Amino acid sequence: MDFLRPASWQEALAAKAEHPAAVPIAGGTDVMVEINFDHRRPEHLLDLTRIADLYEWEVGERSVRLGASVPYTKIMENLRAELPGLALASHTVASPQIRNRGGVGGNLGTASPAGDAHPALLAAGAEVEVESVRGSRRIPIDAFFTGVKRNALAADELIKWVHIEKADGPQQFSKVGTRNAMVIAVCAFGLALHPATRTVRTGIGSAAPTPVRAGAAEEFLNAALDEGGFWDNGRIVPPSVVKQFAQLCSGACNPIDDVRGTAAYRRHAVGVMARRTLTWTWESYRGARRLTEGAA
Amino acid sequence: MMRVNVTVNGRPQQADDVWEGESLLYVLRERLGLPGSKNACEQGECGSCTVRLDGVPVCSCLVAAGQAEGREVVTVEGLAQLAGRRTEDGELAPVQQAFIDAGAVQCGFCTPGLLVAADEMLERNPNPSDEDIREALSGNLCRCTGYEKIMDAVRLAAARQQEAV
Amino acid sequence: MTRMPSDKAPTTITQGSRAEGGIGESTLRPDGTLKVTGEFAYSSDMWHEDMLWGQILRSTVAHAEIVSIDTGEALATPGVHAVMTYDDLPTEVRHYGLEIRDTPVLAHGKVRHHGEPVAIVAADHPETARRAAAKIRVEYRELPLITDEASATAPDAVLVHENRHDHHAGHVPHPNIVHRQPIVRGDAAAAARRADVIVTGDYTFGMQDQAFLGPESGLAVPEEDGGVHLYIATQWLHSDLRQMAPVLGLPEDKVRMTLSGVGGAFGGREDLSMQIHACLLALRTGRPVKIVYNRFESFFGHVHRHPATLHYEHGATRDGKLTHMKCRIVLDGGAYASASPAVVGNAASLSAGPYVIDDVDIEALALYTNNPPCGAMRGFGAVQACFAYEAQMDKLARELGLDPVEFRQLNAMEQGTLMPTGQPVDSPAPVAELLRRVKAMPMPPERQWESSEGADVRQLPGGLSNTTHGEDVVRGVGYAVGIKNVGFSEGFDDYSTARVRMEVVGGEPVATVHTAMAEVGQGGVTVHAQIARTELGVAQVTIRPADTQVGSAGSTSASRQTYVTGGAVKNACELVRERVLEIGRRKFGSYHPAWATAELRLEGGKVVTDGGEVLADLVDVLEGEAVEVEQEWRHRPTEPFDLRTGQGNGHVQYSFAAHRAVVEVDTALGLVKVIELACAQDVGKALNPLSVLGQIQGGTVQGLGMAVMEEIVVDPATAKVNNPSFTDYLIPTILDTPTIPVDVLELADDHAPYGLRGVGEAPTLSSTPAVLAAIRDATGLELNRTPVRPEHLTGTV
Repeated sequence: MDFLRPASWQEALAAKAEHPAAVPIAGGTDVMVEINFDHRRPEHLLDLTRIADLYEWEVGERSVRLGASVPYTKIMENLRAELPGLALASHTVASPQIRNRGGVGGNLGTASPAGDAHPALLAAGAEVEVESVRGSRRIPIDAFFTGVKRNALAADELIKWVHIEKADGPQQFSKVGTRNAMVIAVCAFGLALHPATRTVRTGIGSAAPTPVRAGAAEEFLNAALDEGGFWDNGRIVPPSVVKQFAQLCSGACNPIDDVRGTAAYRRHAVGVMARRTLTWTWESYRGARRLTEGAA
Repeated sequence: MMRVNVTVNGRPQQADDVWEGESLLYVLRERLGLPGSKNACEQGECGSCTVRLDGVPVCSCLVAAGQAEGREVVTVEGLAQLAGRRTEDGELAPVQQAFIDAGAVQCGFCTPGLLVAADEMLERNPNPSDEDIREALSGNLCRCTGYEKIMDAVRLAAARQQEAV
Repeated sequence: MTRMPSDKAPTTITQGSRAEGGIGESTLRPDGTLKVTGEFAYSSDMWHEDMLWGQILRSTVAHAEIVSIDTGEALATPGVHAVMTYDDLPTEVRHYGLEIRDTPVLAHGKVRHHGEPVAIVAADHPETARRAAAKIRVEYRELPLITDEASATAPDAVLVHENRHDHHAGHVPHPNIVHRQPIVRGDAAAAARRADVIVTGDYTFGMQDQAFLGPESGLAVPEEDGGVHLYIATQWLHSDLRQMAPVLGLPEDKVRMTLSGVGGAFGGREDLSMQIHACLLALRTGRPVKIVYNRFESFFGHVHRHPATLHYEHGATRDGKLTHMKCRIVLDGGAYASASPAVVGNAASLSAGPYVIDDVDIEALALYTNNPPCGAMRGFGAVQACFAYEAQMDKLARELGLDPVEFRQLNAMEQGTLMPTGQPVDSPAPVAELLRRVKAMPMPPERQWESSEGADVRQLPGGLSNTTHGEDVVRGVGYAVGIKNVGFSEGFDDYSTARVRMEVVGGEPVATVHTAMAEVGQGGVTVHAQIARTELGVAQVTIRPADTQVGSAGSTSASRQTYVTGGAVKNACELVRERVLEIGRRKFGSYHPAWATAELRLEGGKVVTDGGEVLADLVDVLEGEAVEVEQEWRHRPTEPFDLRTGQGNGHVQYSFAAHRAVVEVDTALGLVKVIELACAQDVGKALNPLSVLGQIQGGTVQGLGMAVMEEIVVDPATAKVNNPSFTDYLIPTILDTPTIPVDVLELADDHAPYGLRGVGEAPTLSSTPAVLAAIRDATGLELNRTPVRPEHLTGTV
């Protein structure tokens, strides 16, 4: 095994080009476990912790450019306003120690269906900027996950930034685990209201081979909110609509039975989380509307 | 095999013939003579190996040895010294003394990691609520105490720290 | 560079520097400072110049014939110093076991469970050893699996062990049953006819793991005389020694053992793990060999708590008196016997719980299967039964329209009650009082999660995962009480040995206590020093490291160490005191008549009369003399249970604890937050109140884990373990753990030293059923299985 320590992004890209099978390592949350437990013996480990760019973020006009290695703790502390869904999701990641070191880049690199960041990214809307010596490209988050623990990266590419749309409305994230802390998701759900475009986006974790959006549920809800003029009148979303939305979210799951939970439970729980996160975000939207109207 | 230079508890250290897959935890325990950080799960699910890496609590089992090159590490063995820099008294850090006094130590295997995590929390948050303590220590498993005496110990350390100010 | 263990500089010596106080005081741990500074040397911290690392190759299948093993490539790996299989074992003794020697040191001819040791490797780096072990080629031919009672006792069932010759083989109904214990008392069938209400239930108890935090580890150092010195984390040095020496082909005095720091035990270190393997490799290579399991291997490296299925029938009259109980308890012992026979004895004899039931018909048995071996874990046998009988009590109370606590109190045993075995409970049994106390504690306030800034999710089911802000959260309250035996039962010669020395060191009288007691975290070392101070009136007590240079202390298990080794220390101190007083009489008797006439005691470093008059300084009495006593001490004997009727005075002492659980359940997601787990326990006499609380709270949380999250999941199709990691075997975090108010009762047991009662296990019994009862209260669901998973609460199994 060789331990490659590129000091710059360009060096890292060159190393990855030379050794496409090299395993990038930053927070070590996944990679070190695989090494400690004898599951993986890569020829090369590519240490990304010396590349300062990856630990930076920049809040832009419409989106946040988040370095792949920005630790979850920093996201929780610094980006709660811009990325509320991801901040909530970050808070559910493993333990304080892991949150101090792990970041979204590693989550995306592993591309586990249970990755905590994924539902929040799907709901918020994001693009993953990847780069190789051949150049860089942006992969829409919807096209990023290609299979169980597989993603759209080419062998010579590394994740540099994640461009996440700044919240234009309330966002929520829920995750079910059988313990109150330090737990891998049995299933998870992210929801973002986008008042600017009058749309709702979702993200489901750990309930299908990849993280997915509940497309049919989004379409149904977008139409129902539109038809009822809810974005304008700020009324409570009727329980029948919430119920239907939750059912469609359940229906978007394609889960398995495993040691962490049954498929039936996952479907059920996603429905419950969909109902609750919609209620929480919509209440929050209504509250914000009332505040603005009061001010006006 | 490689050489790793790392500053541990304020002292520059060098380890040779380090296998590239070794963790910082292994290097500390088996190469640098600092077995205080404990190896209980090697997957970041117990916190027994918690150290501060450039000031931040991390699981040293998840840090590749090579990633620690040139970094600063504080382990349980350096806690008293670290606390000494802050308060200049005692042979033990306040949180260490509080763990003894409150009965928070039984088998003691989780203790080093808990102490590093608790000490760092008290540095950040000198007046924590019970829920703050629980959240800050939620990455550290203990199998003996049921955590009640650990809660007592951290409350005690916080109170003593407040008195000392 | 690093510490090197040697008998000249023991690494776990514990001085009485900070510790003061006699019995009854909350003296602080003498090893506390070492443990908070990281200097305390656990077995995994051992290091030796030139040491090699041992690695074990384990079976990848549960039940198979071994067709061939090829170690050639492994042996040829640079850095590898030895590879051993069954054929390389040095003597004809190639099996070990706590009671039945049925466990091969390395698999011979076949493997009986997933993860069974097949070969061992020693190399100069753990990674080299791992890579070499991976190069050993083992060819298996799989055999049919025995996974449950039906497959174990089918007429054509494959036998897990052919040719059994153990002492249970003659009385079991099938060779795949390790041991069976019926208990019949009164006439349950006739009594059932008097019952106005009869309830039955079938209960399932999952497989729990001890999950101690310090994985199995040790260092074996070959010695010049051809022997070996093992530094080890264990619960019972002499039991290990007795099993190891014959396999190593060494007399016991050539196998020296020193206890290293033990990172928790809870029963999981009662059996051997890597002890023999490390010694074999050390003797083979002539180099020190260290073996440290990682967490994955630890799940295969020790026995687990027996999973069980339990069928119960209880009857009661309309006015709430129990008429009878019938039960059948089937425990899965897995591939090797381990402690299964004792677990059966406990399950059977304690199956009625702490209640007066005159007519019982009980059967308990343990199976041999190809599942992971099960054995000792905190409260064994009694834990499984308590979960079921307490569920039955709630069911009966509901049927009768009675309050569940009042119903229990109505039937609670007391001093004098006969157990189903016919044994009278001859010391206080404050069952009704414990229930009263736990019920009387103030209730935690409702809706504590509410704050001015909205819901604090950390206080809600789901915790940080942000699943509810109060929606669908329902509170429930549940009660349970349990009974556990203390000490080794059924006629076992359960003794301990203590060596106590008293002399003048540096102008001060000093007592030195030397036992082989395994300090696993419970605080035995603290209590021994307290006893010595109380009995010998000295301030300075040195606790010698536990090793095999002194007689056996028995096991640190069965809630017995304070009773038995504490008793041995007390007894040895009393003998030392007599000798000291004899010396005093010899030296100073002529100066004062009280030496001959008064009751004398040692106090504050002086010889004092019962009237408080000082006769001499201990320093003067002991000048030029040292007194040393090594003595075995036994509690009163017990007797075996009759194999047919189960009658017999089988237990030494009983202990009792009661819990009240308050939970909040997110009924839509099936997530549980335990808000409070209040406990009341009778401890006879709290020798160290702080340690007593630690035992009660720790045991309570292990019971909580069993109620809502802890289970080793074995795939019934392959008998393989699905979750051997801390990612998927979950134990409670500090955010899962409630406040645990404890009410300690001290009703002396006159048979026990200082009147004390074993503390460690009872709280693990009642905690689980109390939480289950609270969840039932919140949800209205029947819940006949533990642990409860979210799918059980949401109908999505």
